[in-house]
Amino acid sequence: MTIDQFVENFADLFDNGGEINAQTPFKELSEWNSLMALSVIAMVDEEYDVSIKGIDVQNAVTVEDLFNAVKGKL
Amino acid sequence: MSINPFSLEGKTVLVTGASSGIGRETAIRVSQMGGTVVVVGRNRGRLEDTFAALEGTDRVHRQVVCDQTNEEDLERLIDGIPQLDGVVQCAGTSVLFPFQFSTREKYDRVFEVNFFSTVELLRLLYKKKKISNGGSVVLIASVGGTTVFDTGNGVYGASKAALVSTMKFCAKEFAKKRIRVNAIAPGRVHTPLIESGTMTDEQIRMDEAKYPLGRYGEPADVAHGVIYLLSDAAAWVTGAMLVIDGGLSI
Repeated sequence: MTIDQFVENFADLFDNGGEINAQTPFKELSEWNSLMALSVIAMVDEEYDVSIKGIDVQNAVTVEDLFNAVKGKL
Repeated sequence: MSINPFSLEGKTVLVTGASSGIGRETAIRVSQMGGTVVVVGRNRGRLEDTFAALEGTDRVHRQVVCDQTNEEDLERLIDGIPQLDGVVQCAGTSVLFPFQFSTREKYDRVFEVNFFSTVELLRLLYKKKKISNGGSVVLIASVGGTTVFDTGNGVYGASKAALVSTMKFCAKEFAKKRIRVNAIAPGRVHTPLIESGTMTDEQIRMDEAKYPLGRYGEPADVAHGVIYLLSDAAAWVTGAMLVIDGGLSI
């Protein structure tokens, strides 16, 4: 699991994900909403077979924070 | 004979999913209303806790550890149970996945518990004439998938909608034996099922605020509806989906 690949999978959830990088504070994106939060949890389950919780998404500020949360559960 | 139309005295009632949540509370309340209970669940320890909480030492309650998705377990269950006046099916599971991640595997896993194993147990009970004429079947469905369509709840909702449809077909077919078949559609109830952590506490608080009566349900809110549908008070009620949701679906 690499950060580049994770950012790509994350950005893929968005219609306009082209600008997203590891340091993006993703909750400030205009497309961010509760469905996106569920989608992130589902993407992590599908791609990495890891169950993260709502609180993990809530606590993360940047995409890298999320990456680290997932990495910690691998 | 009791003059209370909601009394379950003299009735033997099978309750599945009785190790926790709505099933556990239903089993206990049925025993408090005078019923003899057969509790069924997967987790032996927790099922024993439910069994120990049943009231009425003069009655012969039973407990059967059973994974309803396992064919052999089901057969053993059917062969070992007494004649029933009531069946309450509470076994269920839940997931939250947006549609684009709702793979066949996710549907299979949820439908296996919420739909196929529930329907198969009902089929076997009916075919083997384990439900007495005039008996009552109650399936726990949900407002999710039948009247409320929340984001990410599609797999669960579809399984419960399928269950409600089957309930109505059975209500019609079983009517010739005066066996009534109904469902309860609860809103979100405080049980281990909804505390998986997919939603944050803050999201849960915001969700709870959508309920006109101001709170999620308690297992007893649903159990009381089950008692009504099991009892002679509901003698002319079949094929109904009783919504118990604090007003959410208004």
